[in-house]
Amino acid sequence: MAAISKFAAAVRSLADLIPGQRARVAAVSGPAASRNRLLEMGLTRGTVIELIRVAPLGDPIELELRGYRLSVRRAEAANVSIESA
Amino acid sequence: MTQSPTTSLQIAVAGNPNSGKTTLFNALTGLRMKVGNYPGVTVEKREGPLTGTNAVLLDLPGVYSLSARSPDEEIARDVLQGRIPGVRRPDVVLLVLDAANLERNLYLATQILDFGAPVVIALNMIDVARRRGVVIDHAALARLLGVPVIPTVASEGEGLDAIRKALTSCAERPPARRPWSLPPAFEAAVEAVAAVMRRSAAVPPRAVSAGALLWLMDYLSGDAPSRRSAERFLGRLSSSDAAALRAAAEALAAELPDAAATAIEARYEWIAGIAAQVVSAPPTAARPGEGATDRIDRYLTHRVIGPVFFAAVMFVLFLSIFAWAQPLMALIEFAQNAVAGLVGDRMSEGPLRSLMTDGVIAGVGAVVAFFPQICILFLCLGVLEDSGYMARAAFIMDRVMSRVGLHGKSFIPLLSSYACAIPGILATRTIEDRRDRFTTIMVAPLMSCSARLPVYIIVIGAVFGDRPWLAAGVMFSMYALGTLTALAMALLFKKTLFAGPRPPFIMELPPYHLPRLSALLRTTWDRSKLFLTNAGTTIFAVCVVIWALSYFPRTDEQDFSPEVRARLAALDAAGPAPSAASPRVGDGASHAARTADPSLLSQSSESRANLIAAERLRLSCLGRLGRFLEPAIEPLGFDWRIGVGILSSFLAREVFVGTIGITFAVGEADEESVALREKLATAVWPDGRPVLTPVTGVGLMVFYVLACQCISTLAVVRKETGSWRWPALMFAYMSVLAYVGAFLVFQIGARALG
Ligand SMILES: Nc1nc2c(ncn2[C@@H]2O[C@H](COP(=O)(O)OP(=O)(O)OP(=O)(O)O)[C@@H](O)[C@H]2O)c(=O)[nH]1
Ligand SMILES: [Mg+2]
Repeated sequence: MAAISKFAAAVRSLADLIPGQRARVAAVSGPAASRNRLLEMGLTRGTVIELIRVAPLGDPIELELRGYRLSVRRAEAANVSIESA
Repeated sequence: MTQSPTTSLQIAVAGNPNSGKTTLFNALTGLRMKVGNYPGVTVEKREGPLTGTNAVLLDLPGVYSLSARSPDEEIARDVLQGRIPGVRRPDVVLLVLDAANLERNLYLATQILDFGAPVVIALNMIDVARRRGVVIDHAALARLLGVPVIPTVASEGEGLDAIRKALTSCAERPPARRPWSLPPAFEAAVEAVAAVMRRSAAVPPRAVSAGALLWLMDYLSGDAPSRRSAERFLGRLSSSDAAALRAAAEALAAELPDAAATAIEARYEWIAGIAAQVVSAPPTAARPGEGATDRIDRYLTHRVIGPVFFAAVMFVLFLSIFAWAQPLMALIEFAQNAVAGLVGDRMSEGPLRSLMTDGVIAGVGAVVAFFPQICILFLCLGVLEDSGYMARAAFIMDRVMSRVGLHGKSFIPLLSSYACAIPGILATRTIEDRRDRFTTIMVAPLMSCSARLPVYIIVIGAVFGDRPWLAAGVMFSMYALGTLTALAMALLFKKTLFAGPRPPFIMELPPYHLPRLSALLRTTWDRSKLFLTNAGTTIFAVCVVIWALSYFPRTDEQDFSPEVRARLAALDAAGPAPSAASPRVGDGASHAARTADPSLLSQSSESRANLIAAERLRLSCLGRLGRFLEPAIEPLGFDWRIGVGILSSFLAREVFVGTIGITFAVGEADEESVALREKLATAVWPDGRPVLTPVTGVGLMVFYVLACQCISTLAVVRKETGSWRWPALMFAYMSVLAYVGAFLVFQIGARALG
């Protein structure tokens, strides 16, 4: 995991990660419905998330968190601001 | 416990999607049912007895939380709170947790525990956790949560006895107290709401505190469905109680603008503490996707290989339906003819024999012949579901779906609609956004369901039967046409009736499972059986009616048209009719009878019996109805017999095959029956042109792709949308599409091919 520590300053949201990169959730914003769903799925503050892969057509993306895999669209991922893991 | 001595113990099986609820339910009840790997496969209420006891198990839809954002969640939570009429509040909740994914599963678990009902926890998929090197101290978990926790492997039947014992000896729990706390202002609001609820007795005493929190979160969460649910609850209270609740919520909102999120995070914080105490994963523990799932996904969701594989899966699906089922179909057709011959020999001539051979055996038999195809289709869809590929299909297709304003979750209901629109429409309950859900419902019946398959097969067999690759390609095109039309209509609906912001797409990707053959076969059989039951009831009834319409009124020679009488006389003059007339000529005869074309008369060596039968059919109620309709369908290139088939299909599409089995069979003088598709292939118009050319054949199929010919679907849409408006609109727009589509195919096709 050491190779992934190059956490660029430009990375501000989950949508900016590249496959293999990890980050910690800082805050979740966006419309209430999607925000509450993301929180319920475990994307709470401090949760470590790794971007696993991107769908063939570029969207959605596959994430790993709390021991399971979740896919979200880039639009939702952009509402999850992150800090380095 | 609340149960009276006469009623049995009511147990609800709750848990996250894919935690193994249905597998456990099946194992405990011995009553197997749908076992799927796509989140949200269980949308209907299923009950079964707990073997060896008089307890009743109820399988709930899989949900991630008790929020009221999706219809599935509302069902689960209404059942748990005893708010569904006719469904008793469960005495015990069997909570199924995925041990390999404990933290997120505990979110729902603690919400349910808050309600204070007796709970037994099945710590399922313990084998998966173990394989990853994750060890869970279930005794510690039981102590921390205050309820029995039993490790299980539902798919292998491990831990079932312990579950059974725990369920039947489950004790009342001490009044629940939420083991984690909220900011003081929040706690005060919960207490205020709870006090009103306790006074109004709208919520059972032990669930008051949990109910108060849930209601506050609904009221303050900021999304429309949750708010609606909160308002519905207020509607059941007196106006002063409702005002008190509203005041408490507004006060909290003023103090803590982000109350719902605060509560979710506080719960997760407590869960993280529990997980830290009971879960020990060594640093070498495998991660969820590691191993098979990740290796498979590297290819199946690859940029190039993924979509190609997806298209290949779809094509193989259709090829297999068309090619692999042929021998079985031939066998059924053979048996059908044998039975018809037997009955024909044994029974004496008359209405009863005609009813049996021309009505029941020809009609129902024609439909039953498609049973192999139906089985193969359900088997293929079952493999895709159970293996976990469905979720990947949604992952791959989401981008395409988003182009038409839908999302990947709509893809699964649409894909299920290839089997039948009804489970597809029921599966939309996992879609949170109402506009999205209604759009998906409105276009689902455009996906070619298995009931259309018989029509495609018979027509393709008649027109392209000698070119299997072309046949498979045409079949594929029909499915593609339905799918593309569905997407186009979805876009139209999303731009007009259901316009609104783009809904979120948040979907779990469960690990791949090797489908279990026994469960798979069971599912396939259960679903296919429905098709047979339908053939035995609805289709049987329709066939009898169609037969009666085609048989009555009984006409005699003096009722026949002058032309036919003249030809009969000519035949008589020429000596006794040759009895070995080709059976195929019978089809032409009914048309020949309409024209007094002497050249045709001389060409055909029709038998006297053929001519009479054809004229009788033409003069029957069915014949009259068909000829009355013919002007409307002639621009589509259909003759009246196909028109009658289409008309009868508005009850259910499969009926088409049964109906034309009857209309095309009449006129057959001898018992030597040819397969229906050959009769179709050789049927001709009065002037000798074949009725079913490649153009009219494709036109007919296009009509079936686009038309809404299914009473049951319309009834389900009415139920799911709560209004007749949507089924009416669905029927109208699809009928227009079907007519226009078939019209264009015939007019353009006929012109292009000269
Ligand atoms: N390895 C393993 N697999 C299991 C176990 N229990 C269930 N499965 C498999 O997990 C998959 C999902 O099981 P289901 O019973 O359909 O899950 P569910 O909770 O009913 O899912 P939904 O109805 O979609 O909410 C199936 O392929 C099962 O065979 C288990 O204990 N161990
Ligand atoms: Mg299930």
